[in-house]
Amino acid sequence: MTTSTICAVATPPGRGGVGVIRVSGPEAGRLAEAMAGPVPPPRQAVYRRFCGVDGETLDEGLLLWFPGPGSFTGEDVMELQGHGGPVVMDRLLQRLLDLGAELAAPGEFSQRAFVNGRMDLTRAEAVADLIEAGSEAAARAAVRSLQGEFARAVAELVEQLTRLRVHLESSIDFVDEPLEGLALSDVGQQIEAIGAAVEQTRQAAGRGQQLQEGLTVVIAGPPNAGKSSLLNALAGRDAAIVTAQAGTTRDVLDAHLHLDGLPLRVLDTAGLRRGGDVVEQEGMRRARAAMADADRILLVTEAGAADPSADGAVALPAGVAVTRVVNKIDLTGDAAGVQGEQVAVSALTGAGLPALRRHLREVLGVSDGEAAFIARRRHLDALAAAAECIDEALAGARNGLGEELIAESLRQAQGRLGEITGAVSTEDLLGRIFSTFCIGK
Amino acid sequence: MEHNPSSDVIVVGGGHAGTEAASAAARMGARTLLLTQSLDTIGQMSCNPAIGGIGKGHLVREIDAFGGIMGRAIDRAGIQFRILNQRKGPAVRATRAQADRALYRQAVRSLLDELDNLTLFQDTVQDLIVEGGEVRGVVTGMGLRLRAGAVVLTVGTFLGGRIHIGDHNRSGGRAGDAPSIALAERLRELPLRVGRLKTGTPPRIDARSIDYAALAEQPGDDPAPGFSRWSRGDEHPRQVPCHITHTNPETHAIIAGALDRSPLFSGEIDGVGPRYCPSIEDKVVRFGDRDGHQIFLEPEGLQTREVYPNGISTSLPYDTQVALVRSIRGLEQAHITRPGYAIEYDYLDPRDLHPGLESLHLPGLFLAGQINGTTGYEEAGAQGLLAGVNAVARARALPRWVPQRHEAYLGVLVDDLTTRGTREPYRMFTSRAEYRLQLREDNADLRLLPVARAYGLIDDGAWAAFEQYREAIAAETRRLETTWMRPHDLGADAGEAVLGQPLRREQNLLGLLRRPEMDYATLVGLPGAGPGVDDPRVSEQVVIGARYAGYLKRQADQVARSAQNEHRVIPDQIDYAQVPGLSSEVREKLGDHRPATLGQAARIPGMTPAAVSLLLVYLRRGDTRRSA
Repeated sequence: MTTSTICAVATPPGRGGVGVIRVSGPEAGRLAEAMAGPVPPPRQAVYRRFCGVDGETLDEGLLLWFPGPGSFTGEDVMELQGHGGPVVMDRLLQRLLDLGAELAAPGEFSQRAFVNGRMDLTRAEAVADLIEAGSEAAARAAVRSLQGEFARAVAELVEQLTRLRVHLESSIDFVDEPLEGLALSDVGQQIEAIGAAVEQTRQAAGRGQQLQEGLTVVIAGPPNAGKSSLLNALAGRDAAIVTAQAGTTRDVLDAHLHLDGLPLRVLDTAGLRRGGDVVEQEGMRRARAAMADADRILLVTEAGAADPSADGAVALPAGVAVTRVVNKIDLTGDAAGVQGEQVAVSALTGAGLPALRRHLREVLGVSDGEAAFIARRRHLDALAAAAECIDEALAGARNGLGEELIAESLRQAQGRLGEITGAVSTEDLLGRIFSTFCIGK
Repeated sequence: MEHNPSSDVIVVGGGHAGTEAASAAARMGARTLLLTQSLDTIGQMSCNPAIGGIGKGHLVREIDAFGGIMGRAIDRAGIQFRILNQRKGPAVRATRAQADRALYRQAVRSLLDELDNLTLFQDTVQDLIVEGGEVRGVVTGMGLRLRAGAVVLTVGTFLGGRIHIGDHNRSGGRAGDAPSIALAERLRELPLRVGRLKTGTPPRIDARSIDYAALAEQPGDDPAPGFSRWSRGDEHPRQVPCHITHTNPETHAIIAGALDRSPLFSGEIDGVGPRYCPSIEDKVVRFGDRDGHQIFLEPEGLQTREVYPNGISTSLPYDTQVALVRSIRGLEQAHITRPGYAIEYDYLDPRDLHPGLESLHLPGLFLAGQINGTTGYEEAGAQGLLAGVNAVARARALPRWVPQRHEAYLGVLVDDLTTRGTREPYRMFTSRAEYRLQLREDNADLRLLPVARAYGLIDDGAWAAFEQYREAIAAETRRLETTWMRPHDLGADAGEAVLGQPLRREQNLLGLLRRPEMDYATLVGLPGAGPGVDDPRVSEQVVIGARYAGYLKRQADQVARSAQNEHRVIPDQIDYAQVPGLSSEVREKLGDHRPATLGQAARIPGMTPAAVSLLLVYLRRGDTRRSA
């Protein structure tokens, strides 16, 4: 029975503090040695440099070693405790992946612990919950990672690859059919083009702020409830233009901020009400779209106003968690802070804002944060693996290897891209073949 | 009326699935009874007269590794043999042969007649004997109650068969045989899911009315290859060529003008036909921009004058068939000997089967062949073999044989059928096999002979020869791996001559063999590299092993990684509503497909990795409870 070695960031992502990466599986010891030198005695922390492929220092910190079966998962486990911060954590993960580890699936550490008998039966439900919740968070995060230019680029890659495979596979399986086949040299050219496109997508995806983007919180509510003021108060600067006129925010504005190291993207949206001019209505349409994609909605109302969700204009999307924020308590004199399901604040005076921050920190839990952080890393990892397979296919075409070997490399590449976009099954491929070519005697 | 003595295994049906099932069971030493409604049509090729092809030839070699019938029969009956994909690599090379129908039938019959434990009997089957929820035998048309430890049902398209020619339709089995209506009705009463499929054949043509001078000839390979590792090599009858012609715009206009009388387009037929074997009217409708479709004129035998025009399967009315055939080059004067037709038939949803082909609802009942939704003699024969082996295994309380996807095309076939089911007649393609590089025609015996031996299908002599062969491959591979060639020993000139450049650093012979420009004969001719082995089958395996090494290693790793799930059995009585965390959609899918293992569950379309994890946790909890 072969088990893979998995790794994941075990602490919530953020800047500063300590970041822990946990590795479990038969290769854990080898990975520890490759990155941080000889394995220390069991359950003792030693201070080490964590090295990259050329021996350069990626980070420094503590290395811990828990040999199986006495570890948390029942397998060999090692932990790297570094300085945290998404960029450093990502470099450490990347190094582990290069060394042969795999990113853990949601709840996989607990699942292994359970399967290896390190957790008693009463915990089974908890493990199931963890897998379920983690998978949902991961799925949401994956969807978000897969938006915009990146999604288009990956979809185009999959399409290019599928088209090439349709030709190659049909030339293998339907040899008696007069297909408009591709010469092997054309195949080489097409593989090369796909390889270049993969490389471009990888660079574009790895660039910039994506990894630090974190979870998305959308501020929504009726006009003039003080949504933009709340964004400014949370962000500590004038990110949104605030006036006393209803309908000032006509587009979606966003700010990036850190709550105790948890990276957040906070979006301010147009006020929701019936009517309004064309421009305002477009703003409201965008607001609703942003709400549907959010990890959490802050539904802002004025103190003393009626429940806004009773008004059809503020329809809340299903399946997105909501925190109700009662703003402008400076006008009514209500008490600040968490009251039942609500948080009462004054964006103007700052009253209740620490309670709101604490509340957000609590509800946007560790697993959600990790999911957002991991999603893009997972996608980049799959792209890198696909790139390797495409290189292999290209080398095969250049060296005149058989079509079946080139086809195998491309199948592997498609499998890795499928981890991003969903698998292209044999049935899908055959369907494309039969609709592209007139097959059949 | 009880019939004594009872059998170990009763096989119903004498087609390609039935004959392989009966042969395997009898050769395993089981008392086997083959029931067919006509002893004269045993081994009948009811569709095109050919065996093998890409993916299908692979299946024939797998049957052959078990000492099955198909490979030996076609070696005695093939009248044109070709190796397809000759210029591509070994994994996708495949053998195909045109058959003389009469010779093929005779060969199958005589291979069955050799078997001591096999009894043939001509009667229809009206009903199954079911006792205590298990199948214990069959009731025949004349009222005999025949008892057995297991029943293998291989009734092809005979269940609820309906034949269409233009706007005429009638119930019927293939080619004039009676349909099995009583049995179909009986099966419909059982808790089995039944679906409807369609297939078709072209009109047959009298060879004397074909103008061959106007047509391109397609000869077979010379020398003609063979299929069976058990054949002597001199069994082939006289070899003849096929010919190629094409439809043309006039043909297409004739077809387009008659579509209103086509049962395919008038709504008369509701069975689903195969996408890869469309009727000519389908091709014209779907690919109207093409100005010609290829037709292979395949002789049906050496003695008969009938020709099978492969590529114009149709259910258009007879007068349209005559017009369309005569619009084709070389067929201007053609005489149609029998019209083409479409046949609709019932199939039983293969998701109701265990991957060993036993019914999940009716233990003791095994199903094989077209009744499971497949098409093709090879797919049927392979299933027959599996069902025959497992029917005996059941009677003897042996572990069932469940071939895996990485072991055999047969494994791909039964896993696809029992995991996903099928909506069209299922045919094998090499692109269905993710482990295609290791599932080759040339190594079918290396993959499967040990399994066949374990089930008692290989005698001591054959096994000893096989072990010797296997050891020779291993020894020569080891020799090439441990023999090193130094640049200085090879010399610059020789390097230039055989490698295109001087050797730069020391390399073992296996590494040299991996280079695309190197072949085995050249390699063992180099200084210090010989002598090699004489048996070309051994050197072929060594060369393929070297060339594919990296790819095979990666596939082996992937197989090992999924083994954990493949071996985790899901109990039959599992209630998916009790598995926490599964979405209702996933629950429904699992309930429909009833996967036998966690690996199978993971391959159901729409399953998520999280759902597989949840299932694993649930199953693991069950294990712990039982052992506690």
